[in-house]
Amino acid sequence: MQLTLWTYEGPPHVGAMRVATSMEGVHYVLHAPQGDTYADLLFTMIERRSARPPVTYTTFQARDLGGDTANLVVTAVRDAYERFKPRALLVGESCTAELIQDQAGALAMGMQLPIPVVPLELPSYSKKENWGASETFYHLVRTLVGSTARPRPDRGDRRPRVNLLGATALGFRCRDDVREVRELLRTIGVDVHVVAPLDATPETLATLTDADANVVLYGEIGYTTAAWLQRVHQMPMVRTVPIGVGATRDFLTEVGTVLGIDVRAALESPAARLPWYSRSVDSTYLTGKRVFVFGDATHAIAAARIARDELGFEVVGLGTYSREMAREVREAAQQYGLEALICDDYLAVEEAITAAAPELVLGTQMERHIAKRLHIPCAVISGPFHVQDVPARYSPQMGWEGANVIFDAWVHPLMMGLEEHLITMFSEDFEFGEAGSHLGARGGHVSSSSVEGATAVLDAPAPIATVTVAADPSVPVWTAEGEKELKKIPFFVRKKARANTERFAAERGITPIDVTTLYEAKAHYGK
Amino acid sequence: MTGTALPTINPATGCVDAPVLRERGQREVFCGLTGIVWLHRKMQDAFFLVVGSRTCAHLIQSAAGVMIFAEPRFATAILGDRDLAGMADCNEELDRVVRELLARRPDISTLFLVGSCPSEVIKLDLGRAAERLGGEYAGRVRILNYSGSGIETTFTQGEDACLKALVPVLPEAPATQESVLVCGTLADVVEDQFGRLFAELGIPVQFFPPRRATQLPSIGSGTKLLLAQPFLNETTRALQSCGATLLAAPYPLGVEGTTAWLRAAAEAFGIAPERFASAIAAPAQRARTAVARYRSTLEGKRLFFFPDSQLEIPLARFLARELGVELLEVGTPYLDRALVAAELPLVPATQLAEGQDVEKQLDRCLAARPDLTICGLGLANPLEAEGLRTKWSIELVFSPIQGFDQAGDLAELFARPLQRIARLKV
Repeated sequence: MQLTLWTYEGPPHVGAMRVATSMEGVHYVLHAPQGDTYADLLFTMIERRSARPPVTYTTFQARDLGGDTANLVVTAVRDAYERFKPRALLVGESCTAELIQDQAGALAMGMQLPIPVVPLELPSYSKKENWGASETFYHLVRTLVGSTARPRPDRGDRRPRVNLLGATALGFRCRDDVREVRELLRTIGVDVHVVAPLDATPETLATLTDADANVVLYGEIGYTTAAWLQRVHQMPMVRTVPIGVGATRDFLTEVGTVLGIDVRAALESPAARLPWYSRSVDSTYLTGKRVFVFGDATHAIAAARIARDELGFEVVGLGTYSREMAREVREAAQQYGLEALICDDYLAVEEAITAAAPELVLGTQMERHIAKRLHIPCAVISGPFHVQDVPARYSPQMGWEGANVIFDAWVHPLMMGLEEHLITMFSEDFEFGEAGSHLGARGGHVSSSSVEGATAVLDAPAPIATVTVAADPSVPVWTAEGEKELKKIPFFVRKKARANTERFAAERGITPIDVTTLYEAKAHYGK
Repeated sequence: MTGTALPTINPATGCVDAPVLRERGQREVFCGLTGIVWLHRKMQDAFFLVVGSRTCAHLIQSAAGVMIFAEPRFATAILGDRDLAGMADCNEELDRVVRELLARRPDISTLFLVGSCPSEVIKLDLGRAAERLGGEYAGRVRILNYSGSGIETTFTQGEDACLKALVPVLPEAPATQESVLVCGTLADVVEDQFGRLFAELGIPVQFFPPRRATQLPSIGSGTKLLLAQPFLNETTRALQSCGATLLAAPYPLGVEGTTAWLRAAAEAFGIAPERFASAIAAPAQRARTAVARYRSTLEGKRLFFFPDSQLEIPLARFLARELGVELLEVGTPYLDRALVAAELPLVPATQLAEGQDVEKQLDRCLAARPDLTICGLGLANPLEAEGLRTKWSIELVFSPIQGFDQAGDLAELFARPLQRIARLKV
């Protein structure tokens, strides 16, 4: 039994719903009690989908238990088949139905429907949403492709073509990523054969092996299937995820290697603005900003690399809730001298962020809330996300344009370089309120959480100080002059200055903290 | 609308004898756990611990729409394989989780252990767990239990189950102490307005649930029960068995409903009609003015209700009688005739539907092409995409809509989708 406030992932049957909803021609009959239909609104509200997910719920009630819940499955399968005329049917159980053991999948298999029926066994009490999506996709592909390996004909003069695997409904920016990767591949003369699960059909899935290779866009959902296609059907796999400029180059190189084509001309693109934006002088203020990264494994690993190598940040925390990909994240974290946080406990993540005292949090919807509470700017890089992270405009994460989008999305919550400079210059002007920045007006029109973040620093004690208070009875004491001097430091770095000074003082047993301690700490930490 | 009388209704007609379509099939409704979303905000010293699955945790955070609090006053004790396989003793595990939780939250005075579908199916006895833990925390935390499971409760029935669980711990009022007990969660602002009106009428009033779970209303044979919500069947029966008398009244939605609701209390307390009329005159007039503003938008519009909160019948009555809408179908998860006895005669005859087979109901809705469809969040955008205008029903549970000063807001909730579409040129 695990105490949970918020959950990063839903149950595995929600993952199966994501696969069904991604596709056309697939229907999912879910043996479930009343209430489980809540999952429909994830799709219709968060993603603003204009159609209901293709899911039929059996809706059993207490009075059915011990009676004829199995018959409800048969009725629901028959009704769904007749009404929706799917060309492939998924049949599974939610957590409660798993307990009553009606074997919904087997019942449906026994009905001799003239379409492929895929029974799903997704253990609700040990697995979660992404695993459920991965497993559903894998079983669907296995059923539709079959396990008979056929010889792979030589490509001849035909253009090379690949499948893009792993994009789903309710995936973070999947729709735009697919478009961007398709365009990226076009520049190296590679066609996209099937995108799946997103926008696939049972018929297109059946032709997956007609492609030359599989590109895994989101390992959490696409890897198991790609690995099976590699093992059974000898289809090579591309695993580099093109999020970030460096990763996009690596991706093109890997595609080139796998398909035997020369991609060198495509490795630099005028469409990639991130490198210049990052080199331009305004960006110097980004140097060494402390960032904490948490999300699904695919996005967290990519974000850490961009943060360090493409924006010049310092990665002070890296973690994921994707236990299935913990190994990859642990390996990545080592490159930053960090121990990865592999965890789906929201409170533990909050604790880790508080302890790391970052200046920017790159996370999920959950971390947005943590960051808001701690008054730290935040950008969302991964699911779970909310409706505001499904923008109307084209905003991929992958490819050259994805890197541009990321530059904007991560830098926007921070203060712009020139502005930071001006604030320092005018900070002692009596007419220059500390709310003078575009980030500064309390309750202004900018809705990003950083608004509160930036201004609240003025009044709120730094989070690290709060921790010190909670953990250590020796509350840091400042002299009045020390406090006054601290206030002369621009507010956006004051929190850090306070934290550093208090740490410096605590390590040396200095109390109270005076003006000299403040400057000694400044000299010690170098800023 | 201002100053005009409402259409007279023959009590024998209305919807009392209207045919009821009873359907059984897929239900597109929330389970009773969802009530935690508003109950935990009402009782700010209470904590709700669902004993269930990851689905339960996911449901509550999804139904809440946004995660408002960094550390909310509800949580889920998620059952795992070890609990189900008997490798861990569920009771010991639950005790451990409760201790962990209460150590984190010393501010909690009342803890509800909330049963779910999985906990019901594995027959985890939360009543005994509450007793056991209640002993351990006696004097510090009151521990109660109820079920919000989907196999037993639909959406608002979760509140009914929660309040019923509180009834046994309500203090007993002396038989001579007469007061009104307003039963059903109301927004604080609405509660305060009603509090002022009752004070003006000279009627002692208590509210249930209270704002703090430690400040429970007392109950006895002098208690007159006035229901603010139409889904409290079990709570009503439990309160009646404690001696309370149920005052028959429509629900306080709209001018007419609020007037009749307050009048039921006034009559029970023998308040002179003139005093009653003078006490409500100003707010009722304000409400008529506010509602009238939306009549032109809604008059003659054809409405279709999908079942959701059991508020459908009182809402339909308000919309039909005060805004002149035409009712095509009024669906409700349960038709509890006792609880809507004062409402049914007021609702113009229409098709009532109880229960749900969502596919068949969608067929009827799409065939009827109503001007406005009141439905859940899972159906709203798909129906909009079919060219229909919709109103999310969940907002009707979360928003302050009762009483005179909210009557205009309530009308506006239904007018807004129609006014919005009239504005859009894209």
